[in-house]
Amino acid sequence: MTAGAFDTIETAALPASEAQKFEERAFGFWIYLMSDAIIFALLFATYLVMLGNTAGGPTGQLLFSLERAAAETALLLLSSVTFGFATVALALNSRLRVIQWLLVTAVLGVAFLFLEYGEFGGMIAEGAGPDRSGFLSAFFALVGTHGLHVSAGVIWIFVMIGQVLTKGLTSPVASRVMRLGLFWHFLDIIWIGIFSVVYLPGLT
Amino acid sequence: MDASGLPVVRNTRPYLIGLGLAVLLTAIPFALVATGALPRTTTLIIIAVAAVLQILVHLRFFLHIGLRSTPFENLAALVFAGILIVFMVGELCGSCLTSIIA
Repeated sequence: MTAGAFDTIETAALPASEAQKFEERAFGFWIYLMSDAIIFALLFATYLVMLGNTAGGPTGQLLFSLERAAAETALLLLSSVTFGFATVALALNSRLRVIQWLLVTAVLGVAFLFLEYGEFGGMIAEGAGPDRSGFLSAFFALVGTHGLHVSAGVIWIFVMIGQVLTKGLTSPVASRVMRLGLFWHFLDIIWIGIFSVVYLPGLT
Repeated sequence: MDASGLPVVRNTRPYLIGLGLAVLLTAIPFALVATGALPRTTTLIIIAVAAVLQILVHLRFFLHIGLRSTPFENLAALVFAGILIVFMVGELCGSCLTSIIA
């Protein structure tokens, strides 16, 4: 498939220096995301190494809930799609729709965090916190780092809603929303790894 | 993803196609784990294959990565990160899988 399949438009209305600035920022942000992917890869590797080191404590089989993991997965996947809708509204220059879809995305993100904080809180209350075993340290490091990213993403979404409200859909604001989109879609990709490496194998 | 860093996708179709494929690729492994319909090793292999496919679906339909539309530098960074990840994690996954099967 080529780009044509997605009904792309030219955004060449900008002066060349402006356009180049946004290109450079998009590329720089992409480099950041790739380095972040390496960090997550190492956290995944650490988790796999520590999987058996439960120190007589609980295993994933006892601690994980398939229903909760499925609900978290659904929320993040839907939020990725609703963020996509926000960027489509951005391309169509519809300010109200951009704000509406960013709000929906933020609500889905908060719901995800609510489930995750609930899971972490429940585990710690049962004495299955990160201090219990090497396995649990690695679990909290991996899933917690992802959760921190999502938390930062939710804050960033609210910041961008504020900028769209106060500054309007200017090119700098639009380029920031697009970089936030890269970040948000990237986090959903990391989550595919988390449910496929942590939750599903842990409950198999 | 194109070079501009600005919004260019003007219809929701790629997101809806991506959602459909992602739901399918998520539902299969979750259903297998919920029902325990297949042997453990088979289930683990299907989980891994579905995850790789779903990552490709997300890259294509949500991040709009295309071999022609995405700038070479971005593709090069993605492939480089991918190679590093295979070096660091791939070997480990292989040995983990072997120990699970054994």
